[in-house]
Amino acid sequence: MAPVEAATKQHANWSPYDNNGGTVVAIAGGNYCVVAADTRMSTGYSILTRDYSKICQLADKSIMASSGFQADVKALQKHLAAKHLIYQHQHNKQMSCPAMAQLLSNTLYYKRFFPYYAFNVLGGLDSEGKGCVFTYDAVGSYERVGYSAQGSGATLITPVLDNQLKTPSPLLLPAKDAITPLSETEAVDMVKDVFASAAERDIYTGDRVEIVVVNSEGIRREYVELRKD
Amino acid sequence: MDSLASDPVNQCTATSFEMDSQRTQYPYVTGTSVIGVKYEDGILMAADTGASYGSTLRYKSVERIKPVGKHSLLGASGEISDFQEILRYLDELILYDNMWDDGNSLGPKEVHSYLNRVMYNRRNKFNPLWNSLVLGGVKNGKKYLGMVSMIGVHFEDNHVATGFGNHLARPILRDEWREDMTFEEAVKLLEKCMLVLLYRDRSAINKLQIAKITEEGVTIMPPYALKTFWGFSAFENPTKGAEGSW
Amino acid sequence: MFRNQYDTDVTTWSPAGRLFQVEYAMEAVKQGSAAIGLRSSKHVVLASVNKAASELSSHQRKIFKVDDHVGIAIAGLTADGRVLSRYLRSECINHTFVYESPLPVSRLVVQLADKAQVCTQRSWKRPYGVGLLVAGLDELGAHLYYNCPSGNYFEYQAFAIGSRSQAAKTYLERKFETFNDSSREELIKHGLLAVKETLQGEKLTSSICTVAIVGVDEPFHKLDLGTVQELIDVLEAEEAGTSEPQREGDQSAMQEDSPDVAPMDI
Repeated sequence: MAPVEAATKQHANWSPYDNNGGTVVAIAGGNYCVVAADTRMSTGYSILTRDYSKICQLADKSIMASSGFQADVKALQKHLAAKHLIYQHQHNKQMSCPAMAQLLSNTLYYKRFFPYYAFNVLGGLDSEGKGCVFTYDAVGSYERVGYSAQGSGATLITPVLDNQLKTPSPLLLPAKDAITPLSETEAVDMVKDVFASAAERDIYTGDRVEIVVVNSEGIRREYVELRKD
Repeated sequence: MDSLASDPVNQCTATSFEMDSQRTQYPYVTGTSVIGVKYEDGILMAADTGASYGSTLRYKSVERIKPVGKHSLLGASGEISDFQEILRYLDELILYDNMWDDGNSLGPKEVHSYLNRVMYNRRNKFNPLWNSLVLGGVKNGKKYLGMVSMIGVHFEDNHVATGFGNHLARPILRDEWREDMTFEEAVKLLEKCMLVLLYRDRSAINKLQIAKITEEGVTIMPPYALKTFWGFSAFENPTKGAEGSW
Repeated sequence: MFRNQYDTDVTTWSPAGRLFQVEYAMEAVKQGSAAIGLRSSKHVVLASVNKAASELSSHQRKIFKVDDHVGIAIAGLTADGRVLSRYLRSECINHTFVYESPLPVSRLVVQLADKAQVCTQRSWKRPYGVGLLVAGLDELGAHLYYNCPSGNYFEYQAFAIGSRSQAAKTYLERKFETFNDSSREELIKHGLLAVKETLQGEKLTSSICTVAIVGVDEPFHKLDLGTVQELIDVLEAEEAGTSEPQREGDQSAMQEDSPDVAPMDI
């Protein structure tokens, strides 16, 4: 084939990646953690389905919410689920959230040169029962924070959380705890509001938001309807 | 080999003797939309029997809906040869499943998951199977309907459609679909969708097949044509009222 | 001095058509402390006798979880058992990864048996010296299998392996007809009583036995020590109420049944 022909392509081409959209948020409190994601899955300007869960329970007290390329996300979830089963067989216990956070980082970095196109937040309780949130980029760099938003609506939501949650600056010395001063119900209401707002302007966010709350009593799940247009 | 993988542009320009193997970069003969819906007793699927070579209608009687084992039905759009390759994979899968002869069998959920692994693994090797697949089935009283794309994106829903179908048929399905539709109602709904596709998708042809799967098994109905009406004024002078456009 | 000429490696037949090394491996199963399994239509119970090698040491684990729907109890070389349990676990994980559904128990058991069989036909290998009771639940219901070193496997309503398992088998053979419709609690009770039979008068306590269960809406898990002790206490209280003639009945039944050759004895 002549190079000229290749330049004037007249047939469909393909990419190994797609962006299926979606927004994920996690907020850590003193004794709880809220993890939330919308349930819309899109490709380009089309909606593929209005009811796809982006939230995955990886362990007793570790919840991962992921947006990005769904096939990669699913592969990542399955990989972590298998790793966690092996961990349970070997250690006779559930993996802690900080341990899962490190595993997730390593798993993402393992594919550094053909990355999982997945944007994750991992929320749960640490071994002291305190809420924790870990936030990632696609190749595995991560940080423990008090709250985080990722995905297509992150740019809309992050500044609102920055403003409303009033957590101590990470620049303060000595370091202050990053967990939010909000109560559990306040945090859940906050999540509902930021998703309703993101759904107004982000076409990849909408349909429904799934909210998972982890606290000492266990795990609770609730849903709130969002704009469907 | 890896230099090829990292340089997709070069793959198109490289002459065949430079490559030890070829990977699919674009499709040759393709089928258009497939749509699937859940109804009262199971799953219904519809697709036309056309296969295009670019914009040429190359084949007119290609079956694009096939049974997989006892509990599943597979419909495909995209590259026909890749679909037939997938059918060979599935034939082997089902054969080995039957050879255990132990009363267990793969249900639609398992086949869907398997297909997703196949599609995703092939995209990881930069050698995709160029299809969008619809998988439906019933096992142990549970209805199942899902989709897999050529790069491994997959999901379940009450109604699904590939390609143009996602743009033209699904809005209709979202309006009119109900879980408790009878067979007759569901067929009517599918025909309505297929007619819209026939009018607006230029690679769709007026020879379609409908297939159903229930707890009793698979039935693939013989192809037939829809009654069309081309007398709409919009068809007579499509550019009327849109002056200045083509 | 007479020496067996046909038992120095696994692949050598005796003129009588026997493979002595394989038979020796089967003997290893009988040396291990007892393991018991029994099932109803909805549950499978595994129970094992835990004997510490020394008063200073703890006992070895004899019951392993393989997946949510499968677990095993072993008798014989525990080290071999651990290796096999790792194999079973990885098979289950791989199946779940590809099909997003649990591996049917009957298939897991065949794969395990094939693995054991290979060791009976390779000159550079040795058979596994362990017997496995595989308990599992799948679409077709609850299952109990016994896998032995020869590569044979059998499905049972109830079975016992390991040292002094004959006593437990006798108990199970007398009671098994009621098992299919038994409740979960009754099944555990029969499991404990069967364990008791193998102890030959030694007192049954939660410290020398492990009980595990898998069933409908109940993933495979071991019962904790407290629960097991409570059940034993209830059993003993019940037993104190029953009369002596029952015991004599036990003896005669055992004599009648013992000539029966269990399938594992070839």
